[in-house]
Amino acid sequence: MGMTLTEKILANHSGASSVEPGESVWVDVDVLMTHDVCGPPSISIFRDQFGEDARVWDKDKLVIIPDHYIFTNDKYANRNVDILRAFAADQDLPHFYDVGSESYKGVCHIALPEEGFTRPGEVLFGTDSHTCTAGAFGQFATGIGNTDAAFIMGTGQLWVKVPETMRFEFNGSSMPPYLMAKDIILQIIGDIGVDGATYRTMEFGGPGISCMSMEDRMTLTNMVIEAGGKNGVVEPDAKTEAYVRERTDKDFEPVYSDPDAEYHSTYQYNLEEMVPMVAKPHSPDNKATALELEGTKLDRAYIGSCTGGKLSDFKAAAEIITGHDLKIDTYVVPATTEIARRLETETLNGRPLIEIFKEAGCKIGNASCAACLGGPSDTFGRLNNQEVCISTTNRNYPGRMGSKDSAVYLASPYTVAASAVTGKVTDPRVFIQETVI
Amino acid sequence: MSKQKITGKAFVLGRNIDTDQIIPAEHLVYSLDDPEERKFYGRHALSGVPDEQSGLPEGGIPLVEEDAFESEFSIIVGGPNFGCGSSREHAPASLDIAGVEAIIAPTFARIFYRNSVDGGFVIPYESLENLSKEVETGDELEIDPEKQTVTNTTQNKSYKIRPLGSVADIVNAGGIFEFARKEGMIDVKN
Ligand code: SF4
Repeated sequence: MGMTLTEKILANHSGASSVEPGESVWVDVDVLMTHDVCGPPSISIFRDQFGEDARVWDKDKLVIIPDHYIFTNDKYANRNVDILRAFAADQDLPHFYDVGSESYKGVCHIALPEEGFTRPGEVLFGTDSHTCTAGAFGQFATGIGNTDAAFIMGTGQLWVKVPETMRFEFNGSSMPPYLMAKDIILQIIGDIGVDGATYRTMEFGGPGISCMSMEDRMTLTNMVIEAGGKNGVVEPDAKTEAYVRERTDKDFEPVYSDPDAEYHSTYQYNLEEMVPMVAKPHSPDNKATALELEGTKLDRAYIGSCTGGKLSDFKAAAEIITGHDLKIDTYVVPATTEIARRLETETLNGRPLIEIFKEAGCKIGNASCAACLGGPSDTFGRLNNQEVCISTTNRNYPGRMGSKDSAVYLASPYTVAASAVTGKVTDPRVFIQETVI
Repeated sequence: MSKQKITGKAFVLGRNIDTDQIIPAEHLVYSLDDPEERKFYGRHALSGVPDEQSGLPEGGIPLVEEDAFESEFSIIVGGPNFGCGSSREHAPASLDIAGVEAIIAPTFARIFYRNSVDGGFVIPYESLENLSKEVETGDELEIDPEKQTVTNTTQNKSYKIRPLGSVADIVNAGGIFEFARKEGMIDVKN
């Protein structure tokens, strides 16, 4: 019997010729990533269990990317970064992206691909639930806790229960001009529910995938955790290879699902029939079309995070915002410093994106997670009161972006930008048609 | 230890209790190593749950009283998809620190489940039915892992729970490190 891409990677990394869903296997880890919130407790468990002088199993495979609570005066949050710094120095780690240094990156899930750590066919664990983003590159990537991370630091291994795979096929030869990957994943999560993929893999394929950019694919795999998925994967193709080769000299071996692989279930979507979607408060599966919610009053718009803070997300937002005044406070937070730099150099009708945002009155933040997860009270863009916000982020649980009294609508950068222009939830097609004409 | 019975007062919650509700992100700054700071994870455990959904069916009951660090409730009964959201291990840790020993829910989000087991914090038992609709906050429960039952001694009713399956060895050992030492995967103590 054939294997899915996920099963193959787990078999390859556990020394088995084949594996089956439900089986528990110990796998060798290619990359372990941690950040400022979960790094310090992981380090402390590592020291406690393996000894004060213990060395990590392979310093070339440990990547530390502080990104969560960076631009804050909170003393405990800053202490966390100090702990990472001391550990990186002590262990002589080559992949530490220190705050305040040239190498500082920002949001880990976007930094990992930029720095060449998302290699097809490999196994990546990270102490963050959106580690699943890296599955866009045909890697097995999933989130773990501090104890598991500490275990890997000492041994280079971890147990995994082989997941069943759900397959999502996209038909259609191109993305309609108003549709973004965010709309597609919100539709899927709305269809299967926030626990619709619990313990399982979500595999994305079909002709529609090949027309998607790597950033589009990352938006899909990023949010599999919002459906409870263990990991998300897209089969690697020429686009994947080109992206990864440009960023690493390391060898990697892509794997693909066998034609006779067994799936838990298969879903079909036709890209041409899909429309801009929104997740209403307070759950990512609380779906509605943007059109159905037209007119819902908003106080704030937020464009950022590992889901909606990539270069293509800002390009999309700028297309709509350009030449308009905004009705509500709009926050723009590039995921990484590389994206922040590109905002200065990428242009739309000859004007740098950053200028378009500034002229429209957007507040521009530094590359980091910022208000995506609330954070300390002085966090940029945090919802401190009863605000109603429309956001390109991935979670709208109660209090996720700050106050328990706030409410968050999740949407694509197009929809968020269109809503920022009108001050109400707005289907972006109105603006896109204008742009096209 | 999964073999021993667990008894205690139930604290009942609804479905999709996510890690931001279990321990809101603003509290993640405390050190888990420092005995004084660590206590704050107990104090704020489940503080992100909207009041009306905290301590069902009535609501308005916090897991931990305002100035306390520990709870009088030691068994949480939740709806489906318990622990969804972020990978923060601070979530099962905070429940452990608050004095919770076990959670009973029809389904768990997988990272939370893994963290609970591998860290040896709380034992996640899957129930066949959604007991959050049956049990009331304050009811006395008894979990019997051998018989795979949970008994509500207040209401005098008994329900089935699923066996722990492949994680039983890790639960019995008390966490992934203890398990790995027993299996000879890593050296016995530091
Ligand atoms: S941007 Fe948001 S979702 Fe992404 S890693 Fe940061 S806090 Fe998590």
